[in-house]
Amino acid sequence: MEKLKYVIYKLTRGITLLIGLSILTFIMMHNSPIDPITAYVGGDVNISLEQRAALEAYWGIDKHPVEQYLTWLKNIVRGDMGTSKVHRRPVSDIIQEKFLASFALMGLSWILSGSIGFCMGIIAAIKKGKVTDKIIKWISYIQASVPTFWLGLLLLIIFSVWLEWFPIGISVPIGVASSDVTLMDRIHHLILPVATLSVLGIANVTLHTREKMIDVLNSEYIVFAKARGETTWQIIKNHGLRNVALPAITLHFAYFGELFGGSVLAEQVFSYPGLGSTLTEAGLKSDMPLLMGIVMISAIFVFTGNMLADILNSVINPCLKEEI
Amino acid sequence: MQDKKRGLNARQKVILTLTVSIGLIFIAIIFSFILTNENLTTNFAKKSLPPSWSHLFGTDWLGRDMLTRTLKGLRLSLFVGFLGASIGAVIATILGICAATLGKKADYIISWLVDMFIGIPHLVFIILISFAVGGGIKGVVCGVAFTHWPSLTRIIRAEVLSIKNSEYIQMAKNFGKTKWFIVRKHIMPHIIPQIMVGFLLLFPHAILHEASITFLGFGLSVQTPSIGLILSEAVKHISVGDWWLAVFPGLLLVLVVKSFDNIGEQVRTLVEPATANE
Repeated sequence: MEKLKYVIYKLTRGITLLIGLSILTFIMMHNSPIDPITAYVGGDVNISLEQRAALEAYWGIDKHPVEQYLTWLKNIVRGDMGTSKVHRRPVSDIIQEKFLASFALMGLSWILSGSIGFCMGIIAAIKKGKVTDKIIKWISYIQASVPTFWLGLLLLIIFSVWLEWFPIGISVPIGVASSDVTLMDRIHHLILPVATLSVLGIANVTLHTREKMIDVLNSEYIVFAKARGETTWQIIKNHGLRNVALPAITLHFAYFGELFGGSVLAEQVFSYPGLGSTLTEAGLKSDMPLLMGIVMISAIFVFTGNMLADILNSVINPCLKEEI
Repeated sequence: MQDKKRGLNARQKVILTLTVSIGLIFIAIIFSFILTNENLTTNFAKKSLPPSWSHLFGTDWLGRDMLTRTLKGLRLSLFVGFLGASIGAVIATILGICAATLGKKADYIISWLVDMFIGIPHLVFIILISFAVGGGIKGVVCGVAFTHWPSLTRIIRAEVLSIKNSEYIQMAKNFGKTKWFIVRKHIMPHIIPQIMVGFLLLFPHAILHEASITFLGFGLSVQTPSIGLILSEAVKHISVGDWWLAVFPGLLLVLVVKSFDNIGEQVRTLVEPATANE
């Protein structure tokens, strides 16, 4: 009962936050000095006042902002996010299509960075103070200062230009119809972006796991386990993993936001047609409906991650529940 | 114990790291002023030269010296990062103190705001803001400034809450001092180190985000390229083998960001010795 209450509390909070965010997004879009009609028509072309008025009426720009917002919200709830001005297609269609591509990219890197980071953290904790630990710590600290896109560029130079193992750019081969693209092709084009994004997420998990594991290894029950004659591997397996794994997973769920930001950059570097590169395009070409749609989707994505993290946390750590 | 063998104690190490980091940044800034714009004139005789002693970072496809371009771009990135981080720190300070002192309702609203701003990916938000204010350098500065305050707000709020009920503040209240007086005379001095450390740690993030957003093509113009723009231009040229266009500017960016990160961490060690062991 208590747990259900907590989940409901978190859900309602999440929904109010999303509504707040949609209002904020709307206000920012509304006050933007970029005039949607000029942006739509293109700067060079002059249109008559009548045409302008017709366009305004068609898009509903002439109505009161509050009314506009309510209509927009009502349509979004029904799943209609308007029509993209650049692509001339419903925003929801574009998002659906691109989300799958992005999801493959982000999901793979999420799992990879989580498992690699976790293993590295445990190894560092076991070897605490030794050379291995220092190297892992050093890598993690450096990694935090490396911009995602630069890492992507380096990988591109090394593996695509010098070694020619991977193609430069786009997720399907040039000159092949999208229906003929095999799964192998897709995977081939996915490897470098996934590698870039995975490296981005490792440091966080590594450092967290390392610290937690060192705490565990310093505790009395580990001393007792050692006294009973358990080997290092047994200690890690029986006592360490259980204590460390769940907090690490929680932490990794909360990392969805950075993951999304990283994927925007990685997709740009590798011209991978996912949500991120679509967002950049929408921003640069003043495609408001598409921009707002992707902003809302990314927010839902991050909120889901944070909520899962919170709920997992409350399940693992009963002390936290009292803070409501 | 290990440090003794090397002949340096923790404090000396902190000071050494600080000097090296600050020195590096200063050298970068000074050189960015020394190197003249003459190196940036188009010169097709020197097109796409690989790194050599006369052009440490090589030249680009127009024959411009990459070292000069990189340093000037870096200076711009630092400036935007500085502006963004300062505004962010000011917002965080005001909201953090308000949340902790103005009662439950204000606290609730501000926590809600913080949650909302944290809930949207930084980069997406910067794109949104820079779009909303109409792009350009203003867009980038606003974007960087308005995305980095939430985490610092949380820290400052927690810090103020922890000292709010201490005896000297209760005493001041009993003496009938106003809230403003207490905040100014008793709370601010206590949290200034935190703000400083928070600001220093915001800095590398701000620079990285500035580089990312200009890399995507938002904001700054081609005439005054920031480091992100230099890198994004390099993308078109790396397929023909001009690897130095991307490698060196990025390397310098990483070095500078890492230096700032070091400074932040080391100052934190000096300010809060209790957490220094982490």
